[in-house]
Amino acid sequence: MLQVAAKKQREAFTLDAQFELPTPGVVALFGRSGCGKTTLVNVIAGLLDPDSGRVALDEDVLLDTARGVDMPPERRRIGYVFQDSRLFPHLKVAANLCYGLKRARAPAFVDLDLVADLLDLGPLMSRRTHELSGGERQRVAVGRALLSQPKLLLLDEPLASLDASRREEVLPYLETLRDKLAIPMVYVSHNFDEVLRLATHLVLMESGKTVAQGNLGDMSLHPRMRAIIGADAVGAIVDGRVLGTSASSGLIRVQVGDGELNVHCDGVAPGTKLRVQLLARDLIVATQPPQHLSVRNSLKGVVTSIADDVDDSNLIAIDIGGTLIMARVTRDATRELGLAPGLPVWALVKTASLRPHPI
Amino acid sequence: MMWLSAGESEALVLSLSVASRSVLFSLPFAITLAWVLTRRQFIGRTVLDAFVHLPLVLPPVVVGYLLLVLFGARGPIGGWLERALGIELIFTRNGAALATAVMSFPLMVRAMRISLENVDRGLEDAARTLGARAFDRFASVTLPLMLPGVLAGAITAFSAALGEFGAVITFVSNIPGETRTLPLALYTALQTPGGDSQAARLAIISCVLGLGGLLLSEWFARRVRRVLGR
Repeated sequence: MLQVAAKKQREAFTLDAQFELPTPGVVALFGRSGCGKTTLVNVIAGLLDPDSGRVALDEDVLLDTARGVDMPPERRRIGYVFQDSRLFPHLKVAANLCYGLKRARAPAFVDLDLVADLLDLGPLMSRRTHELSGGERQRVAVGRALLSQPKLLLLDEPLASLDASRREEVLPYLETLRDKLAIPMVYVSHNFDEVLRLATHLVLMESGKTVAQGNLGDMSLHPRMRAIIGADAVGAIVDGRVLGTSASSGLIRVQVGDGELNVHCDGVAPGTKLRVQLLARDLIVATQPPQHLSVRNSLKGVVTSIADDVDDSNLIAIDIGGTLIMARVTRDATRELGLAPGLPVWALVKTASLRPHPI
Repeated sequence: MMWLSAGESEALVLSLSVASRSVLFSLPFAITLAWVLTRRQFIGRTVLDAFVHLPLVLPPVVVGYLLLVLFGARGPIGGWLERALGIELIFTRNGAALATAVMSFPLMVRAMRISLENVDRGLEDAARTLGARAFDRFASVTLPLMLPGVLAGAITAFSAALGEFGAVITFVSNIPGETRTLPLALYTALQTPGGDSQAARLAIISCVLGLGGLLLSEWFARRVRRVLGR
């Protein structure tokens, strides 16, 4: 369990944050630029002293202003991947990687071979840092942080300085780390796609304050998300289990709640988990079992709540067997169909609008 | 050195020896002071800064006089050094090295400070999160990155040390083979009837040394820039 609480007053800015992360897990600190995400991460790392606060990782207390505990950053065993990578320009890649390894305060559980293998760094070892591309720099920075044998990894917008294609070069490596190493991570981002692919938990920050937190599925339904990600990106994120491949269509069958979705996805074995984003704008609600439609996916559920949404529409929350999803329909439709909490409904979605991510 | 007289080559070798001692002696102090003045906030920082720069604005003869007062055989520091450590400064080449060190110190500190101000402190933070303690961070990150300034400072100070006249002659006098460095030898030659050609040769040596220092400094700077990819 990672526990973080911090208060800091500056002239025009107040940090007042508190969150918890079950370990191992990946918590996304999510919010607009300038909302205090980096400040909070610096407090966790020990690079910034808060007015008051507490940082504890499992049974280690790293900071507790009430009890006068303030471990210096060099002893906290927290790996930090900076937005601007901060590789040492006077050292080659290999020496950069080994910088933290040489100074590690614990037996090595991550060695150079493992990191070189996981992050594909072998060909870069003898390069100088200014000869690296942006994506390569960040991979080296991640490797360097990992080799310091950290108990926690902080990643401060590691992909923000990269363009979309470079970002796609680095993201799979981060997914591999999450899956292969049981190191808890705090991932700072204002890009929801990255969060969707990496995070298990999400802490929502607004102007220095942590306003909501929870696991990613619950947070995907949180009403305050819309203001940051935009109405079009609102939708449930559900983690399903792969049942197998449909013999007739070749699509992957994923169990979600009591229902089943058919998605396009390569290389996933039955039993593995698959994360699917069901955008509210893509869902269609029916009050009778649908017939004669091309739609491949129909999830039976019960309406649990109806909320007002943008442009004279409603957000309908539907329980599909312990899992909630959301559909955006016009208020007209809500009225005509007589949608109300407790009503059994079918949520329809085209396979083409589903974006699955292996997790 | 076939075309140099014994006295001339003696002055040249002595100058190089005094300048080397001067630079080696002041280097650690200059690095420390550059770091303190750039990175630390404390009461009296401005005064310390002004004090370091004082030799730039004082007449060299005043510096020589102050050294005589402090480091002379009966001075508070000089007397102690002689009694406790057996180090004699007055009328010796070590004394000449001290005088040139004090005079060239501000040049050295200046070059290092400019270089240190350009070192990204974010890199020191990164080293910190990777487990490096304060001195380790300085030695493994800060110092290598400010190396261009350290080298530039050392070479500038070395060249200035070769040419220091006023403070040296005031503090340690003009003794052949001990404190008669190139400028002092040149001055002596000018005072001697028929010493014109000797003075000219000494002046040429001084020019060559100065030029060599500047070229060396530039070569180092380029090399370092290439290594760091700037």
